Amino acid sequence: MSLDATTIQGETFVVNLGPQHPATHGVLRVKLTLDGEYIMNAEPVIGYSHRMHEKMAENRTYPQYFANIGRIDYVGAMIYNFGYASAVERLAGIQVPERAEYIRVITSELNRIASHLLWFGPFIIDLGGLTPLLYAFDDREAILNLLESVAGARLTFSYFRFGGVCNDIDEDFMAGCRAFIPRMRERLTLYRRLVTENVIFRKRVEGIGIIPPEICRTYGATGPVLRGSGIRYDVRKNEPYSIYPLLDFDIPAFAECDSMARYRVRMEEMNQSLRIVEQALDRLPSGPVMAEKVPRVLKPPKGDCYFNVEGARGSFGIRIVSDGTDTPYRLKLRTPCFANLSLFGEVSRGMLLADSLALLGSLDLCIPDVDR
Amino acid sequence: MMDSVRDLHAALQGHFGERLRIEEVEHARRGFHLDIAAAGADIEEAASLMNGRGYALEAISAIDWPAEEAMELVYDFNRMAGGGRVAIRVRVPREAPEIPSISKIFGGADWYEREAREMFGILFSGHPNLVPLVLPEDADFHPLRKDYAP
Repeated sequence: MSLDATTIQGETFVVNLGPQHPATHGVLRVKLTLDGEYIMNAEPVIGYSHRMHEKMAENRTYPQYFANIGRIDYVGAMIYNFGYASAVERLAGIQVPERAEYIRVITSELNRIASHLLWFGPFIIDLGGLTPLLYAFDDREAILNLLESVAGARLTFSYFRFGGVCNDIDEDFMAGCRAFIPRMRERLTLYRRLVTENVIFRKRVEGIGIIPPEICRTYGATGPVLRGSGIRYDVRKNEPYSIYPLLDFDIPAFAECDSMARYRVRMEEMNQSLRIVEQALDRLPSGPVMAEKVPRVLKPPKGDCYFNVEGARGSFGIRIVSDGTDTPYRLKLRTPCFANLSLFGEVSRGMLLADSLALLGSLDLCIPDVDR
Repeated sequence: MMDSVRDLHAALQGHFGERLRIEEVEHARRGFHLDIAAAGADIEEAASLMNGRGYALEAISAIDWPAEEAMELVYDFNRMAGGGRVAIRVRVPREAPEIPSISKIFGGADWYEREAREMFGILFSGHPNLVPLVLPEDADFHPLRKDYAP
């Protein structure tokens, strides 16, 4: 005699994902209310790596704050250098020499590729594929070696200065970049064959983790998350800064809104960044890399300004309020991961737990960037 | 770009009349196109109008002005499909800072308002869950206030 199996319905339980969990890529905790394997409610709990960067800005001079800016999104720190330097330059009215602008763009785009590689490897690990990480780190190592040779750091860069950059690039760096570009293009083809076309991978990401464009808008999502929902918005094109208007590159966008679309945006972006680096190297003008007459003690005039750059994870905005002294009166960091994570609760409702981890991975979170 | 900014300027002026002070500013110098001063009571209505015109909320920043006995909130809006950046500023009294929440209109405002609450002690009336975001859950201090001493 056997008993009829009955399923219990309507009973939910709470599971903590994190704060120490390999799939959160940092100290993020998500409080999940589950009904079986399905998510009824997901509440991200953040702040575990909160360091109060905004208050620190009010306690140090403008140049001193460079040390902080490289530690917010430490995976794409060069681009955050770009944002901060440009914001202060806008406020103080400092002109940057042309060669410095080119060097800024070259190093930032290399950093963007390194950042996407650091997302790519662990993202595939989240889905159960261990090998691609080893390839990705090999490529990333080549970029970090290049950046280290000019910036002195491998991760937490403080390479920019108000009015330029602190070191000029040399022949070795340029030769290294030129050697890296064809190598990386080959590797992108390899990744396509190894991962993108892999049927197991595709079954985990295609049609899953849908983020409608309307959700992106109301939550202020930017970067690959927004472009993976079909909205072709990139600060480099829509609100051009530096020498980006002079360069020829495309903004990839895919309208499927699923985890695969966000994956494809980033893979294509690496290719576009290579194009940018190639063009910038070809056109690199000679000249100084620092503006003349940037005062040692910088006191921007009273007022406020906003500056946006396209970080590896989306639009990084910085608002500086100056009271005419040598320290910012108030400095607001608008970080892309903060907005991109805030939509997770709404989007993951009703999803399978395993699929939501693919969604979380496809957001490309950098937790120190969320917490600041 | 500039046409859509003028369009929005006219629409806001038409809807609110004298209640908003709108200034067109130079983007290359300031980083946004419209600098708008509003009253706290108008923020929900203004946010609804921006929402209806397809704008996204990019950030809410609070600024403490103890000398003027005020707290300032800056709502940064941006339109991805082109249309320029808009900063709406609201001042609330410093002793009892309170303003209606716009988290029902923009889901993203939820976290920004929780952040402004814990850092500055500004009360967002109508917010569904105004608990600390990045500070510990029992934090009863507001560290970004200018008079904060640890």
